Amino acid sequence: MRKRSNQPPFWLLFGAGGMLSALLGAALVFITGIAAPLGLEPRAAMSYPDVLAFARNPAGKAFLFAVVSLFAWHGAHRIYHTLHDLGIPTGLVAKLACYGVALLITLRAAYTLLAIGF
Amino acid sequence: MAFRRTYVRPMDGWWRRDPYFIRYMAREATAVFVVIYAVILLAGLIRLSQGAAAFSDWLEGLASPWSVAFHVLLIAVFAYHTWSWFRIMPKTMPPVVVAGRRLSGSRRRWRPRPRSSCS
Repeated sequence: MRKRSNQPPFWLLFGAGGMLSALLGAALVFITGIAAPLGLEPRAAMSYPDVLAFARNPAGKAFLFAVVSLFAWHGAHRIYHTLHDLGIPTGLVAKLACYGVALLITLRAAYTLLAIGF
Repeated sequence: MAFRRTYVRPMDGWWRRDPYFIRYMAREATAVFVVIYAVILLAGLIRLSQGAAAFSDWLEGLASPWSVAFHVLLIAVFAYHTWSWFRIMPKTMPPVVVAGRRLSGSRRRWRPRPRSSCS
């Protein structure tokens, strides 16, 4: 029997993150990186109390966690599979580096979102 | 046995040989920017958890011209990601049939290849 691949869970996270970033990425970048700093919004939507309330709301918390962690898993998986095309060996070190970074980002996001409270 | 210096085709810059490969590498490169944006948002979350002063520091950083220019680049990259994502999407799925007709770009038959990886 052939050894089973451990890739499906990573592919699932890659696909989820790819879909989420394809649907929301550009809009999110516009809101947080351009509209908010340049004051293009009708009212300051990125003010501390508003963002804090958003991060304390269970739905907002879930959204922030999904965006940060799934974007990270999407990128990590894609970078890992492109290493071979750049002539970089895709051994255990590369795997740990790519997926490890995504795992660290996920754990830190979870910890911080819980620390922010409800 | 003597060591033979067989010709090995150089693979340096292979992806610049064909526009198809360039598009492939461009779409794979979007992944780096997606991770960078996740880190920017995570930094914002961490600053948010540290209080109002820390959070306004993060917002001030976002307002610097370099940051705004980088986010303009990010928008272009994310737009390219969206375009390429929905181009490869049908190829990773079972045949998509809408109103009795196969969606263009969708597979004709569902034959998953066990060794293929798609990223």
